[in-house]
Amino acid sequence: MSATRRHDEHSPYLVETLTAIALIAAPFILPYLGSAPNTVNRILVWGLFGIGFDILFGYTGLLSFGQSALYGTGGFVAAYLLTRAGFPHVVLALVIGMVVAAAVGYLVGLVALRRTGIYFAMITVAIAEVFYFVEFNPLSQWTGGENGLPGVPTPSLDLGVTVVHFTTGWALYPFLAFCYFIGIVCALRIVRSPVGAVFRAIRENPLRAAAVGHNVHGYKLAAFVIAAAYAGFAGGLLGVLQAFMPPEAFTFETSGQLVMQTAIGGRGTLFGPLVGAAVWLFLQDFLQGTLQLGASWKLVLGLVFVLMVCFLRQGIIGGLRDLRDLLAGRKAAPAPARTIAPVSSTTGETSAMRSHLPALARHHANAHYAGPILRATGLSKHYGGLAANEGIDFVVQRGELRGIIGPNGAGKSTLFKMLTCEVPPTSGRIVFEGRDITGMSVTEVCQLGLTKSYQVNQLFNRLTVRENVTIAALAALRGKFRLDLLRNPSTIPGLHEQIEQVLTLVNLADRPDVPVSQLAYGEKRRLEVGLALASSPSLLLLDEPLAGMSPRERAETVKLLKSISRDRTMIIIDHDMDSLFEMAAYITVLHEGRVLVEGTPDEIKADARVQEAYLGGVREEIAA
Amino acid sequence: MITWPNFVSQLFNGLALGALLALISSGLTIIYGTLGVLNLAHGAMFMLGGYAGYAAYQATGSYLVAVLAGTLFMLVVGVVMERVIIRHFYARPLEDQLLVTFGLAICIVEVVRLAFSSQSMSVPPPSLLTGITSLGFMLYPTYRLAVVGIVAVALLALFLVLYRTRLGMIVRAGIEDSVMVDSLGINVDRVFMTVFGIGAMAAGFAGIVNAPIVSLTPEVGEAILVQAFVVIVIGGVGSFPGAVVGGLIAGEIISLTSMVNPAYAYVMLFAAMTLVLMLRPRGLLGTRGRE
Repeated sequence: MSATRRHDEHSPYLVETLTAIALIAAPFILPYLGSAPNTVNRILVWGLFGIGFDILFGYTGLLSFGQSALYGTGGFVAAYLLTRAGFPHVVLALVIGMVVAAAVGYLVGLVALRRTGIYFAMITVAIAEVFYFVEFNPLSQWTGGENGLPGVPTPSLDLGVTVVHFTTGWALYPFLAFCYFIGIVCALRIVRSPVGAVFRAIRENPLRAAAVGHNVHGYKLAAFVIAAAYAGFAGGLLGVLQAFMPPEAFTFETSGQLVMQTAIGGRGTLFGPLVGAAVWLFLQDFLQGTLQLGASWKLVLGLVFVLMVCFLRQGIIGGLRDLRDLLAGRKAAPAPARTIAPVSSTTGETSAMRSHLPALARHHANAHYAGPILRATGLSKHYGGLAANEGIDFVVQRGELRGIIGPNGAGKSTLFKMLTCEVPPTSGRIVFEGRDITGMSVTEVCQLGLTKSYQVNQLFNRLTVRENVTIAALAALRGKFRLDLLRNPSTIPGLHEQIEQVLTLVNLADRPDVPVSQLAYGEKRRLEVGLALASSPSLLLLDEPLAGMSPRERAETVKLLKSISRDRTMIIIDHDMDSLFEMAAYITVLHEGRVLVEGTPDEIKADARVQEAYLGGVREEIAA
Repeated sequence: MITWPNFVSQLFNGLALGALLALISSGLTIIYGTLGVLNLAHGAMFMLGGYAGYAAYQATGSYLVAVLAGTLFMLVVGVVMERVIIRHFYARPLEDQLLVTFGLAICIVEVVRLAFSSQSMSVPPPSLLTGITSLGFMLYPTYRLAVVGIVAVALLALFLVLYRTRLGMIVRAGIEDSVMVDSLGINVDRVFMTVFGIGAMAAGFAGIVNAPIVSLTPEVGEAILVQAFVVIVIGGVGSFPGAVVGGLIAGEIISLTSMVNPAYAYVMLFAAMTLVLMLRPRGLLGTRGRE
């Protein structure tokens, strides 16, 4: 996909054009290679089926083993309309099948997406099995049970002068190729749209995708419905292709074959399922026909598949891409761990954006609220019998830079988690800009303008720096859920500016296209802050932004944080007291889950209780 | 026609099926809880166990030998599978683990098909347990009755291993907090291997015990795997008691629904699963451990 995007910069429709050329050329070339037209047609149907599945699995990271349910649903609806109901229009029947499959997919998604990971995989399998049994028995009156629905007609095109009949073999091919082409064009638009970016974010790090303000569940459901629509349409085409709608469409084997073909071809590529299907079906023909292997062809394919999963993780397309990168010598330039350019070089630009960034986007609702930006009262968090926080009262004024210190285990991170609504408090209330946010989700709170950077980096690791920032900025500019599936992100007003500003602000402007996995630690730390910044918060929480940095990196980051704080309210937790005292005008000290004392840095330094809290800890450690 | 004896006998059928499901699912759930790998080849192992028992029975004519040999064989298969392939996937993403075990399942099924053909096979129950037992108010096939007892003993053995041995302690701790166990300096490598072997053994054992009830085909594992998934979702991932309770619930649902209309067995099973997901997403006895 990164390859696709790289090409896009030169010519926006290159992939589409190449696909069209290949599809047009295929019937002129493939017969000479000994391909049976029927095999080619089946590859196209599997390929189309797989496009939707790849959006679900390859892009969004949701591995479903139950796509057969939707494939069968779309197929049988279309086939029923065309055979038993006497519906005359083939294409319209296919579209109706697709819509029904999408609607069913929505309902299935509601159940299956209640859980993630292996639960999701198991639930989709179970649901698909139910569909299989329902087709065979309760609905057999409509579906023909084990006999399926024979007599599905093929489409024809009335050109006025003459009527083109797409019957079988190469005569049907143009119709299927056209459907595939439309499918791939739509899918390319979707994966390049803002929604596509969010899909990838969910695949890489669903927790952070939610924390920067995206409605993860909504987007997952969207991916599921998209996959269902593709499955439904492909199911209809299967009936057309075979002139018969087979009940086997509903089997677990169908789902399994789809998964395997996608993995063989390469997930997250859109074309992977087509390549996988080609390998699968040609190999099947070859093993059964030429080698006379009979039934054991499937064992060979199974072994090939296991080997591919073991050694060629990204499938054939991924393998070819790696090979190309290797040949091009791109691997020879792994990102050197750069030393940090002085932040001072960016301060000129920050002044330019100071007028811009805070004015951005969406936090106007309560912008005129005059009281404290954050007020927490009686905040407690108990884990079983253990109190991580107890009765915390905490007020932060707009424009403040507040520091929080405290010995290990003082409950600092738990307090942050409660303030950003990652964990619900056991008791107490949190009021942000005059609005009670207790019990809201982390996504809603981020949308209101309160977010944090994490103590342990939570980045989108396989994406580039720019893509990371884009994901956060999209949540700020588009809200938590919007289905602008066909939109080009560059048409979103303010997106480009916001990304550039954030990159400049965190001093990563010259490394936008480097994947996160190749960044140096200090750079990752700054990107972590950048992700929080890109959602243009009015209150920014930073959980140990200086942790693990060298003294020099610390000095630079302190400068960076100071420049950021000019425009917004910030609360910083850190163990580096010198740095914190330098930045913050007011400090809250936590000890054993409670607020021990609050005051200016000088007051805190002089406070006997604070010394006792820290030294007491040390004394105990020595005693132990 | 639903009659009282019919109902009770279906209740017993449900118990037998439920006990088998409990045994299979507990293997699956312990493997997942400890290793973090959902073994999609678990159904195939159930099937392979049945065939191993069948082969041993063909060679010796003894049910007891069939059970012992088949179970041991599955232990070896499990350990080899873990050493050769599965262990390389612990650090890889969840999807890769699903893909590779799914591929292995296909390989196992196809190997069996090659060796034994697709035709259904059957192992007769041991002579001691053939025939029909009178329970006073009804007659019931002796072997099915015995299966409940046999599986109950196996579950008890599993329980003792899990709750009364050092290995079991590590396994349960790993299910609660995998990171912690990793950092305790326990030789997880060997624990993982043993757990996978035990899980495979449990599945294989269930496969052999089940062979005299339902005839063997290479596809028999697929349906059982789906049912085991439902059991785990209902009972809660990683929970041994959850697998037992979920297994019994699923067994009874399938059996009792089949009495009315077999076609709706899966629909009811699915309805129960959905209900649990809505009311208690972690499963009846699920822990927070691995999600």
